[in-house]
Amino acid sequence: MELTFSPTEFAKSKVLAVQEYSLLAWQSIANLFRHPRYVADMLQQADIIGVGSLPIVVLTGFFTGAVLALQSANSLAKFGALSFTGQLVSLSMVRELGPVLTSLMVAGRNSSGMASELGSMKVTEQIDAMRALGTDPMKKLVTPRVISSIIMLFFLTIISDLVGLAGGSVISVLLLRLDVSQYWTNAYQSLVFADVFMGLSKPLFFGFIIATIGCFYGLNAKGGTQGVGRATTQAVVAASVLILAVDLFLTRVLMIVFPLSS
Amino acid sequence: MATIPQNTGTAMGTPGTQQNVVFENVSIAFEGNRVLEDISFTLARGETKVLLGVAGSGKTLILKLALGLLKPDSGRIFVLGEEVTAMKEEDLFELRRKVGMVFQESALFDSLTVEDNVGFRLMEEHVPREEIHQRVLEVLRFVELEHTVKMFPSELSGGMRRRVAIARAIISQPEVLLYDSPTGGLDPVTSTTIVELLVKQRDVYKTSALLVTHRLQDAFIMATHTFNSKTNRMEPLPEGQHRNLHTNFIVLKDARIIFQGNAAELVYSKNEYIQEYLSQ
Repeated sequence: MELTFSPTEFAKSKVLAVQEYSLLAWQSIANLFRHPRYVADMLQQADIIGVGSLPIVVLTGFFTGAVLALQSANSLAKFGALSFTGQLVSLSMVRELGPVLTSLMVAGRNSSGMASELGSMKVTEQIDAMRALGTDPMKKLVTPRVISSIIMLFFLTIISDLVGLAGGSVISVLLLRLDVSQYWTNAYQSLVFADVFMGLSKPLFFGFIIATIGCFYGLNAKGGTQGVGRATTQAVVAASVLILAVDLFLTRVLMIVFPLSS
Repeated sequence: MATIPQNTGTAMGTPGTQQNVVFENVSIAFEGNRVLEDISFTLARGETKVLLGVAGSGKTLILKLALGLLKPDSGRIFVLGEEVTAMKEEDLFELRRKVGMVFQESALFDSLTVEDNVGFRLMEEHVPREEIHQRVLEVLRFVELEHTVKMFPSELSGGMRRRVAIARAIISQPEVLLYDSPTGGLDPVTSTTIVELLVKQRDVYKTSALLVTHRLQDAFIMATHTFNSKTNRMEPLPEGQHRNLHTNFIVLKDARIIFQGNAAELVYSKNEYIQEYLSQ
């Protein structure tokens, strides 16, 4: 068997993939302004993505807030600032950990789900059948997933932030012997508009990434069930890495926009 | 908008008839390998054309090109008077609603019931739910699968899935039907049932069809049988009538068409490859 590696072909394939992803991402949003719009599919996806992800988001948020309180208390106690635990948990959860961890959990659950579902449809010619029946798979399958992911991730992040703060308060009260009202007042008062804006604007981008990456890998799946498995894994990896990379970029941009809060 | 070329009355079609599908010098290659080279043929209204050839000879590709699911590297394709090769994907969806396709592995939506699969196109057109239900039952009766209406594709046998796929393709009464190996992998009895459905569709609704098949016997049954609406059965053509004028054949070899004609011309062809192909 001849094994050859052509850097040119490799580069071309990567550029082509970026081009195809960009087209899919653009069309997924542009289709919102074109008929037909699949509202029922959007609601169904919102249920699958939003309600379906609620348990893992709640659990992740709770334990993240709890462990954050536990870890930070150790350092804060050295400076006699244990009472600032609420502030630290609040800022960390709302600005960074809430949106990022929620997105990573939802990516693990839904990017893989979308890639495997659409990948299975692709390899069994169901996508071609849909096109043959006069229905645009981009409008019917991709746009509802993208819009639902964006909307639901926004609300899941809010829930995650709140549950994370609750987790922090449980540790603060039960283990650190802090006053519960002091914890919540501290947590609430430390937040300014810029923190909330930063924390709630990120899920809009992350939700877009989760759905477009999942759909992209699914619609490009090749090679039967093995290809679907590969697409699923690639989707989760790509979505997770992209979320972290975009998070860094967004954080920097938002820090420039809101210099005082940083 | 490009218009359909005028029929010249050559061996490619029947003179003076409307051509529902026209391929003009169509070629396509994948990664440097030519799969179809200079393919030209026409499909007249009411005609069935059977595409024969070994696996990988590009038969399925012709169907996908006709539907605009793929674009050729060169050449022009017209379907129902519109140039598929010059149309944008957005415009093709409208045209595809007038064409039905039965995929090789049925390609039924596995998360939908038989009713939703068959009525998919009507649901997309926002036809009232009650009307969809009635039309689904009607078309399932045509393929004799009325009892499967609430079942999922995974609960059906291979032959039943093909019949549901046929029902899905014909529910909107398309002007052109594309069948991709509808009898592939099925037992002889089920295959005959499927062929009977194709003959029924051809003779009752006079739909144009491109039929890809590996089974020669199916192709010849198509050419030698007719559907009797009174007995609701497929019957051999009356004595003295040796071939069905509405069913013709195309044979593909090495990316090219090597034969176009009717059943008798195919059987008496002097081409060595065809003789060998027919003898297998």
